[in-house]
Amino acid sequence: MSVRSTLRPSSVEHPHPEAGEGIPVNPSAQAGEGNAAELAARRSRAARRRRVVVYGLRLLFAALWIGSWELSTRLNWVDPFFVGQPSGIVARLWTWITEGTALGPLWLQAAVTMEEAVVGFIIGSLLGIVFGILLGRIELLAETLSPFIKAANAIPRVVLGSLFAIMFGLSLWGKAATAVVLVFFVVFFNAFQGVREVDRNLVANARILGANNRRLTTEIIIPSALSWILASLHISFGLAIVGAVVGELFGATAGLGQLIYNAGHTFDVNGVFAGMFVLAVLALIAEGLISALENRLIKWRPSRVSGEIPI
Amino acid sequence: MASPAIELHGVTKRFATPKGGIYTALRDLTLEVASGEFCAVVGPTGCGKSTTLALISGLEPASTGEVRVEGRPVKGIADGVGYVFQSDAVFPWKTVLGNVAAGPRYHGTPAAEARVRAREWITRVGLAGFEDRYPHQLSGGMRKRVGLAQSLINGPRILLMDEPFSALDVQTRSLMENELLSLWSSTSASVVFVTHDLEEAIALADRVVVLTAGPGTVKGTYKVDLPRPRNVAEIRFQPRFTQLYESIWSQLRDEVLVSYERQKHAAAV
Repeated sequence: MSVRSTLRPSSVEHPHPEAGEGIPVNPSAQAGEGNAAELAARRSRAARRRRVVVYGLRLLFAALWIGSWELSTRLNWVDPFFVGQPSGIVARLWTWITEGTALGPLWLQAAVTMEEAVVGFIIGSLLGIVFGILLGRIELLAETLSPFIKAANAIPRVVLGSLFAIMFGLSLWGKAATAVVLVFFVVFFNAFQGVREVDRNLVANARILGANNRRLTTEIIIPSALSWILASLHISFGLAIVGAVVGELFGATAGLGQLIYNAGHTFDVNGVFAGMFVLAVLALIAEGLISALENRLIKWRPSRVSGEIPI
Repeated sequence: MASPAIELHGVTKRFATPKGGIYTALRDLTLEVASGEFCAVVGPTGCGKSTTLALISGLEPASTGEVRVEGRPVKGIADGVGYVFQSDAVFPWKTVLGNVAAGPRYHGTPAAEARVRAREWITRVGLAGFEDRYPHQLSGGMRKRVGLAQSLINGPRILLMDEPFSALDVQTRSLMENELLSLWSSTSASVVFVTHDLEEAIALADRVVVLTAGPGTVKGTYKVDLPRPRNVAEIRFQPRFTQLYESIWSQLRDEVLVSYERQKHAAAV
């Protein structure tokens, strides 16, 4: 402690008090005087190098992860019967693609699950947006309903899947309904918050300019809440898939959830992983589509500053 | 003589604070603005300058007292009032054209006609060629021009301005002040221009009203008898300008000191 405190002042001391007297030479300023093309070229080279490094590291991470998994099961350090095996998963996927699954062709299972998820996602988010905006705009409604909404949000809603299986049988609607109850709350809370967070100056300005209540909602409140709503759609599509899969577990004749359920019941761990892999790919594609939609809808927003790359 | 454009008689405005107390922003304020007059309101921070504008516009009701615009008591937002806000209040999701056309659209003008009128105003505030830009692609000064065009396109008879240029750099600011004067001279609007900058107030206005440290009430009014048209950048060098500045500042200084002492005290507690 005492050593530290005696050391500290010396580090604060100015190393070269006379430095200000000399002519400061800033090398970067000199380079700036050079041609801009050279700088731009350096910039894009640096960006490319950075991308290569990132992709290389990702590849390395995947190779280490999958390699150690494969190796440890090959060497029988862990039993592939319980944890599966990457080569087995690939083989299972290949059989599914070339010969079809026990339930029929793979694409059909994927299509069934996606249909349930997309229907649930659309209904759930539309309901969420409408109720979020309504409650955000009408204070009395929000105060009246808030305890009920909080209670409904607190219960683990996936168990409703069993209820929906009874109500809707084996049809698409049981799974879609499970997806709806999962999606609704996420979108609802975001839309509600988005409406509440609208800049008061913008509202005042629109009112002075002559906007009536309807115009205020459509031209100020909704565009302003849109970035909140769109952010919630990213999370909620994943939840829609969860809803569809869980719905299928409660009773279905087709779908990826049913496929995974069957694989589990026949102790086919590789089949479970293969099903998960297909789900992950589909979720990533959907995520890409939602991002594209987001960029289209809020093109007025300044583009996000991507990480600065040192040259 | 016709009735004044704006009348505030014995107006008091109180707010309930989140802690349950009561904050009095304005106390017994009486103020009249003649038709076509450019009136600047100066006062220390927190003296209720912005509240005054909110009362005239109808955004906020007065707690007691009477607010009249063009002889009629203010109930809600009145027609023919324009408001230029201190911070950016242009709509970020609309282009320049969409922002300026918003007022006429809200009043039921068909879209094509609103666009034609908006283009005219965009040209008048010097933004021709920027119609399709979004606000985030513009500089602060350009966004202020959009805000001005957005208000003026509605042809307001009353123009309320809440420290509109306070966020701009000095050069842009005097440019904008000159443009405001030339735009205003082509209308017959009555202006209430709130600012904390006494120089700006004298350079622009026909009359300067000094408010006391909060709760605000009128401490004094001063007629600015400088000739128009004025060049804001040069008028500061006239001897009459200096005289006015000295006499108003002698009043304003005491209020600024009161307000400053209070803030220091509040910070210490």
